Amino acid sequence: MSLRKRGLLAATVLVLALTGCGSEKSPGAEAAPAATSASPQQALVVKDPWVKTAKSGMSAAYGTVMNTTGKDIVLVSASSSVSPMMELHETTTVDGKMAMRPKDGGFVIPANGSHEFKPGGDHFMLMDVKTEVKTGDQVTFTLTTKDGGTFQFTALGKDFAAGNESYMPGMGGSPSASGMSMG
Amino acid sequence: MTDRERGPVSRRALLAGGALSVGGAIAVGAAAVRTGGDHAAPTPAPAAAGGQTIAFHGAHQAGVETPAQAHASFVALDLAAVADRAALRRMMLVLTDDAARLTQGVAPLADGQPELARMPARLTVTFGFGPRLFDVAGLTAQRPSSLQQLPAFGIDKLQQGWSGGDVLLQICADDPVTVAHAQRMLVKDSRSFATVRWVQRGFRNARGTQDDGVTQRNVLGQLDGTRNPAPGSDVFASAVWTDSGPAWLHGGTTVVIRRIHAELEKWDAADTVGKEFAVGRRLSDGAPLTGRLELDEPDFNAKNELGFPVISEFSHVSRAQVGSDRLRIFRRPYNYDEPPGADGTADSGLVFASYQRDIGEQFIPIQRKLDDADLMNEWITPIGSAVFAVPPGCEPGGWIGQSLLG
Repeated sequence: MSLRKRGLLAATVLVLALTGCGSEKSPGAEAAPAATSASPQQALVVKDPWVKTAKSGMSAAYGTVMNTTGKDIVLVSASSSVSPMMELHETTTVDGKMAMRPKDGGFVIPANGSHEFKPGGDHFMLMDVKTEVKTGDQVTFTLTTKDGGTFQFTALGKDFAAGNESYMPGMGGSPSASGMSMG
Repeated sequence: MTDRERGPVSRRALLAGGALSVGGAIAVGAAAVRTGGDHAAPTPAPAAAGGQTIAFHGAHQAGVETPAQAHASFVALDLAAVADRAALRRMMLVLTDDAARLTQGVAPLADGQPELARMPARLTVTFGFGPRLFDVAGLTAQRPSSLQQLPAFGIDKLQQGWSGGDVLLQICADDPVTVAHAQRMLVKDSRSFATVRWVQRGFRNARGTQDDGVTQRNVLGQLDGTRNPAPGSDVFASAVWTDSGPAWLHGGTTVVIRRIHAELEKWDAADTVGKEFAVGRRLSDGAPLTGRLELDEPDFNAKNELGFPVISEFSHVSRAQVGSDRLRIFRRPYNYDEPPGADGTADSGLVFASYQRDIGEQFIPIQRKLDDADLMNEWITPIGSAVFAVPPGCEPGGWIGQSLLG
């Protein structure tokens, strides 16, 4: 699974695009034009994807996931080679404080709609960054849908000071992460 | 380069692939697909001048041929020790993405103050590469031969704090808040790679106070830029856009940025006749001393009743003339006006920006002639000097500097 695609940028800079959707069986897929080898399935598109730079530890990726099909799609997990362990998080208020925790049942991307993942809100949480995410890196993420389909997007590494809400472990979530900051 | 109005982009086009590229189409997605997030009240449309945009993408970088905006900030960066070619690539990818969005009135990714991006006011961001960048990148063979700090001139009193630099960010817009926000964003995203060496802020007449295209006055009161090649003309293209030397720079240009202190105390002590004799033009309307209108050609052969040239051979216009259009330079100067000293002594002058296809062939010969004998030298003192190669522009999906660093 590639992450920093260095040379490349020519055509793909921030063009996040969908690649590798071979196993995609998402609802509505059959309504799309028959996919040829040259025109990848684009049931889901991520607009403005970026990932907060981090040497190690935790970080987060953001962007607006758009569902181009006529049926809801549910995102249930995410992964990246820079942080094999990832979680889909929502930010909520716990005991009067902003906190984030894994989203029960995943995120529904509504038919012909979109869902924004942003600092201080829902986000793709990198639980344990193994490969430093540097400014300007292009990091590939893979999202998995409830029915087992996957799709990828490429996010741009950007320095960002915010997005540091204290971490709130969910039931059966990652151990020993309580109170940690993403910074 | 003209103001650009962006047409609607259909959802079909958006989803066809490739449309979600840097800048241009970014704003479209939200309109094309309903969002699931909170809905804020719509922002009022910007007033006429604030909403105007200059296209970011194209064969040439914007901000050169673009009619000069009212405000500018020139930021020179020094590359850090960690910067290598790969790091430069990442830096230019991020800065290009920021610039492509900001110039179109769209907040960059990870913008701490995205609300400030909504008023582009003809914002342009123009990138330049200083001589040392080529060493850092291991690309010395790609450095244009005359891209080096200028030779010392007799009138120079250069200060290191206003000179040199590895990377130039030239940020221009008709609104100073827009410039400030763009500078904040770009400097913030440069931090992993570079430190700030100097920043020079400049201003021209406010947008709308006089007709666009009118030659503006500098802080000395002179009409400045009369003899410029006309933007959009063949003369401009042949003088400004680089077409020789390393291929990566073709379609780009070079810029010389000189901080020129105006000796206003001495200038004030001169009478109008003396000032006009030094320049070779009338202060009132910029016409050559031999002509009637600003754009009249100076007649360097005309003699007065005593048999002396009407326009002195030591006047600024005489010294600055060149033999062919291809040797002309394009000036895009801004004024600076720092707080005066306690005794009221002015600290004003020009952030003089000159664009030419080749510094050695065009800028240096003119500057040598001025340095030798320009009467104006008594009233101006260059205190800063820097040179940069300005890479060609890029298309959506590309990035500035790709032809060198890619």
